[in-house]
Amino acid sequence: MIKEEVRKRLGNKIKDWHKHGLRRVYFSFEPRDVKEIVAILFKELGMRFATASGQDTPAGLEIIYHFSFDKTGEMFSGRVLIKDKARPEIDSIANLFPGAEWIEREMWEMLGINFKGHPNLKRLLLAEDWPEGKHPLRKG
Amino acid sequence: MSHKIVIPIGPYHPLQEEPEFFRLYVDGEKVVDIDIVIGYMHRGIEELSEHNHFDQVPFLVERICGICSHSHPNAYVLAVEDILGGERNVVPERALYIRTIIDEMQRIHSHLLWLGLAGHFIGYNTVWMWAWRYREPILDMFEMITGNRQHYAMCKVGGVRRDIRPQDIPILRKALDELVPVIDMFKGAVMDDPVIQARLKGIGILNRQQAIDWCAVGPTARAAGLDIDVRRDEPYGVTDRLKWNVIIEKDGDIFAKTKVRILELYESINMIRQCLDKLPEGPIDADIKDIPPGEGIGRVEAPRGECFHYVRADGTNRPIRHKIRAPSYMNVASNKVAAVGGTISDAAITLAAVDPCYCCTERTAVLEKGSEKKIMNGFDLIKLSQEKTEKIRNNKDNRD
Amino acid sequence: MNLKLRALTKSLWVFHAATSPCNNCDIEILDALTPRHDIERFGMVLAGSVRHADVLLVTGVPNYKTKERLKKLYSQAPKPCLVAAIGNCACGRIMFKDSYNSPCPVDEIVPVDVYISGCPPKPEAIIAGVVKLINKVTSSAKGT
Repeated sequence: MIKEEVRKRLGNKIKDWHKHGLRRVYFSFEPRDVKEIVAILFKELGMRFATASGQDTPAGLEIIYHFSFDKTGEMFSGRVLIKDKARPEIDSIANLFPGAEWIEREMWEMLGINFKGHPNLKRLLLAEDWPEGKHPLRKG
Repeated sequence: MSHKIVIPIGPYHPLQEEPEFFRLYVDGEKVVDIDIVIGYMHRGIEELSEHNHFDQVPFLVERICGICSHSHPNAYVLAVEDILGGERNVVPERALYIRTIIDEMQRIHSHLLWLGLAGHFIGYNTVWMWAWRYREPILDMFEMITGNRQHYAMCKVGGVRRDIRPQDIPILRKALDELVPVIDMFKGAVMDDPVIQARLKGIGILNRQQAIDWCAVGPTARAAGLDIDVRRDEPYGVTDRLKWNVIIEKDGDIFAKTKVRILELYESINMIRQCLDKLPEGPIDADIKDIPPGEGIGRVEAPRGECFHYVRADGTNRPIRHKIRAPSYMNVASNKVAAVGGTISDAAITLAAVDPCYCCTERTAVLEKGSEKKIMNGFDLIKLSQEKTEKIRNNKDNRD
Repeated sequence: MNLKLRALTKSLWVFHAATSPCNNCDIEILDALTPRHDIERFGMVLAGSVRHADVLLVTGVPNYKTKERLKKLYSQAPKPCLVAAIGNCACGRIMFKDSYNSPCPVDEIVPVDVYISGCPPKPEAIIAGVVKLINKVTSSAKGT
């Protein structure tokens, strides 16, 4: 079973593990572990990276990395919370595999999260002359 | 690189729909790098969605894309129903069947549309005109069932908005029956034609490992040998109660992508027929009142690949976060490897082969380093592509 | 009627400018060109460059990126250039008017001569709209 496998491989790096319905698993982890966890899920367990969704919450900026295990159709969604809202930073996963490049660029411009080590961090969707420091998906 | 030339394609092109901007770096005829600039279509739908209540959002997300305008609302309602405890536990049987019928009809219309445009790009305008002509009966069926040729507004949380009337079913069956010989014709015309094979085989290859690394989805991934299809992996509607096949090819070139799409047309027709056979009686809407707090993910196999929606609710009548990931978002990015290494004349079809909502140019400027400057208009790139086909065709004729 | 106007209304060459639409209006424009509706029988052809076009077909809600492009396209078009706003988005921005990336409607960027509403307008509606546009141009020319 892939669920047990994931749990075993990620070990004590993850918390708040909970299942929702048949095919959804949510868990959270610390921002410093992001590269390691993504590498295990993507490279070793052969999951497909569906997307990442960023959100501005009262507690901080939250990113959920959604991975799809296509053999059984299960989704594994790993959540990280970046508490520092003024200068949010996290390691980039785009140098592990190129498919994550665009979504990180999008989160960078929409939420202002700095992805450390991203090969090509520049505007994706907004106009070139969009004001610096204004992020459409930031609340308030 | 001393002779590096930049060819901007875009953002406006006479024949394609969406503006997108590609910067091709070429060395002689060969494409050495490509820079993709998007954002000409960005309307901030994710943010707008947070200001609309749950029943309004389907109309909004429908307008993300006009070609897969059933996939987005479908994925959204699946996400909301995931919060409520799963589609199967919420939605009435008949509504599940109707959702699948509309979904597959949309796949037929979308694949025919792509086939036509691909034909145009390689200089087979007849294919374009034919494909779009035979697409019309499907649009008529949409108009009959949903009331609009596009933007069907069928999905709502807990069911569908409109029923399929019993008197419509024979008409729909007849339209499908008439479509089969047409697809047979396309299959013959495209797959057996040596010129088309020469143009499409071995061009724009995205191999299996690249497809994994770029997280490609849909026909683009299936043509590269990845066995993924949301309809089978995570069934929605009634896709698990029907008999159908996932079409997989190994080569990853444009020919394989074309083949996957043509063969999928047969599967879609087959699925609609089975749905019509089994269509049960009953209500079409569960009348959902409140959405509890929680988060849900909805996935749908749109004609272009997996369409992903993530919705979070906090117990009010609006989503507090709605993340949308359209399939082209992954596939267009993979053009970066598919187009590099090919020639300029293959670029038009390669960039179009992932079936993006792709758009090229109002004019193309070829900048020779520093001094020389040549302005080509958007047709020239297609013309270049069409001339190549013509050349291959003539060579073949001479040999025969 | 002067020669220029006569030539203009006999065969309109259209250029299709998509300013962040959802594609549907654009598909319906192309649909009008394909065999079922075959708008080419009226002498209307899709032009490859706006410099060859008589009519600018605008679809969608302009965003900050396409707004500048639309301005540029209009300035490049030979005058008189007629503008048709196709679809509800181009006519009045409908549900996108509150978006952070939607600065203004089409008719604040370029002067619009005909509004074709519908989401998307059917090809028949597009043809009818263009016919109205031709009538408007010819009748206003007679009036002056």
